[in-house]
Amino acid sequence: MTTAGKSAGVLLFAIVAASLAAGYLAPASYETQFRESPNASPCRQFPLGTDELGRDRLARLLYGSRVSLLLAPAAAALSVALSALIGITAGYAGGWLERAAMAAADLFVSLPWLFLLLTVRALLPLNVTPWASILITFLLLGALSWAPGARVIRSGAAALKHSEFALLARASGCPGPRLLWKHILPNLRPLMAAQFWIAIPMFILSEANLGMLGLGIAEPLPSWGGLLAEIQDPGRIAGNPVLLAPAILLTVFLSCFQFVFSKGDR
Amino acid sequence: MSFRMILRVFLTVFLCLRASGQGGGELRFSIRNDPKTFDPLLAEDEASGTVRYLTGATLIRIDRKTQKFAPELAESWRILAGGTSIVFKLRQGILFSDGTPFSSDDVAYTFRRMTDPKMHSPVGDSFRGGPGEIKTLVQGPAQVTVTFPAAIAGVESLFDQLTIVSSHSPKKELATLGPFVLGEHKPGSHVLFRRNPNYWKKDATGRRLPYLDSVRADIQQNGDLELLRFKRGEVHMIDTLDPELFDRLWAGSPGETRNAGASLESEMLWFNQVSGAPLPAHKKAWFRSKDFRRAFSSAINRSDLCRLAFKGHADQAAGPISGANRLWANAKLAPHVYDPKAALARLHRDGFRLEKGTLRDRQGNAVEFSLTTNSGNKARSRMAALVQQDLAKIGIRLNVVPLDLPSLIERITRTHDYEACLLGLVNVDLDPNSQMNVWLSSAANHPWNPKQKTPETAWEAEIDRLMRAQSSALDPKKRKAAFDRVQEIVWEEAPILYLVNKHALSAVSRRVLNVSPVSLWPRLYWNPEYLRVTNQVAQSR
Repeated sequence: MTTAGKSAGVLLFAIVAASLAAGYLAPASYETQFRESPNASPCRQFPLGTDELGRDRLARLLYGSRVSLLLAPAAAALSVALSALIGITAGYAGGWLERAAMAAADLFVSLPWLFLLLTVRALLPLNVTPWASILITFLLLGALSWAPGARVIRSGAAALKHSEFALLARASGCPGPRLLWKHILPNLRPLMAAQFWIAIPMFILSEANLGMLGLGIAEPLPSWGGLLAEIQDPGRIAGNPVLLAPAILLTVFLSCFQFVFSKGDR
Repeated sequence: MSFRMILRVFLTVFLCLRASGQGGGELRFSIRNDPKTFDPLLAEDEASGTVRYLTGATLIRIDRKTQKFAPELAESWRILAGGTSIVFKLRQGILFSDGTPFSSDDVAYTFRRMTDPKMHSPVGDSFRGGPGEIKTLVQGPAQVTVTFPAAIAGVESLFDQLTIVSSHSPKKELATLGPFVLGEHKPGSHVLFRRNPNYWKKDATGRRLPYLDSVRADIQQNGDLELLRFKRGEVHMIDTLDPELFDRLWAGSPGETRNAGASLESEMLWFNQVSGAPLPAHKKAWFRSKDFRRAFSSAINRSDLCRLAFKGHADQAAGPISGANRLWANAKLAPHVYDPKAALARLHRDGFRLEKGTLRDRQGNAVEFSLTTNSGNKARSRMAALVQQDLAKIGIRLNVVPLDLPSLIERITRTHDYEACLLGLVNVDLDPNSQMNVWLSSAANHPWNPKQKTPETAWEAEIDRLMRAQSSALDPKKRKAAFDRVQEIVWEEAPILYLVNKHALSAVSRRVLNVSPVSLWPRLYWNPEYLRVTNQVAQSR
């Protein structure tokens, strides 16, 4: 790995470590409202200042990073698992099952995901804790994003099905499930890993988009999406550049992430 | 005549004109959407209302400044036969914008058209007090009597929405009696209004109004862009500003901001009390408990809501009618006092107890429920976060759930699958008759428990009785007494917790003269015939 790659890795590790150690690093709880100090400028008590309700921005940034960084990979894993299940089944089985699965995938890809998310979220129970709302948000993101990955994996599975080693295994009397598990799945692993790494930043940005619309993680829990919603008002940034902190952190994280993992894929 | 003499005459004329400020000018502002209709009898949305206000004239107008009835096309009026009839004496010599004369025939025609069932006129609905026909009797060109099937209390206020249309103009409803006529409409871009050359009003010097040559209403949905265009001088006024944009403008040019004080807009919270709602029985019992509701209200720090959620641009709300409604607000009511200890004491009396920071009811159920609100409203989102922390102090766990508006409306009006709701309310009409569809227990818009066959509580039965009494009484004092009592019951029983009344915030360029902001809609252009745009910047107001 190059020096730049190592630096990106160190930075990535530092961001993840800081978010995990939020309880120790943050000077206050993310939800405590210091109502006498709203919109405070950075100072010793509040290193990044406070938001409109007097909540410590540093605490909210660290806890928000934890939420986004822990759950985006979980949602990506769910999405890839679904993609693999549907893609491999379709690719291996072929015939009407393949056609039906790919038609469903086409339908999912063509649906406007934002409206789909809004609809599904509106149908879910209301009385859930903020942590449950996080899980719901990321579960939905994961569950509704299987289609593009499934198409890629189906192509891979269909190609592997006719490969020489698969033919040999079948000729040797290897049953279908074993063939899938022992021969085809391992060969699809790089494809699935690529889908996983691509999905993580996508889900972080999707949650950020939902947060910008006020539909992401419920109050008082912070997330990168919710924090980014504050910069919708560009007039405020000139007077308080600290508002850009979540945007900068997100950009740095995604850049480092791409730098480290896309190098690895190659 | 020498060149110098010609120049002197020219300069003198120019300076006289400039000093008298009689140059017309074009007033520019923004509206959020294209008008859905140019027919004043069908106007429902705000943009169509703007068109109606600028182009139409009414028999009686509510003066936005004094909140009193002012004669417009009617010189005078009398209410007869116990409130079932109203006789108008009309002004004479008035012409529509196309030159056709105005007479009592136009008033009769307007009523016929408005009450035509095929028209589905929302204005007509407000006049239909009961079954039967509205009749008009023309008694010469300058007198007309309108007879209603049943007495309508405060009927004058309904005439503020009723624009008179021409019975015989070939231009139909585009022939207007207001200060402006529709000039041009480019969908998605703008609506242009031109001066009505036949407008009947004159100023104190005898000059025919309006002063402006034209008004241009640009279609602009984005408030940030509207403010940007205002700063560039591309629009002259912003009728409604939110607190963030107001403060942003204040920081740069405080002289262009206007705060007319409390508006008619309220932010409110209510609990689902629908008996058939899909909620656990213990939650229904909480929401139906007056002590629970009152304790909840006392635990909310309204002062912080005003200061933090609205940046100081709101007043604490005491009841359903904002103080901005001078005639109907009950001045005796004060906001529920913020007192978490008293709230807890009240909850203890009702069988609740605080255990390790969690409030529990008699059966031991932890008091936890959801508060739904519409997503994308920053001030409301801040309010929800503040209320959430206030309630945590007395052990109530509130889960804030922002939903997109259509889903929220579906839940609160049809499925009733929600627990508590935080929303805003705008009272456009000052008269309590316009709120019959909110306060009657049988009404579809009765927020906490709509469409009751019979009132489910004694106090709702009392509200029904008082609302019906005020709607049929003709004595304004009796009406006021009845509606004051309704407000007292709502304050006491707290089916809706009124939180804040937002301020009427707006922005006006220094180039616009004669602007006098009010808390009613429209806040800035309620006197369009007197507005003026100059090239000079006004030095003082």
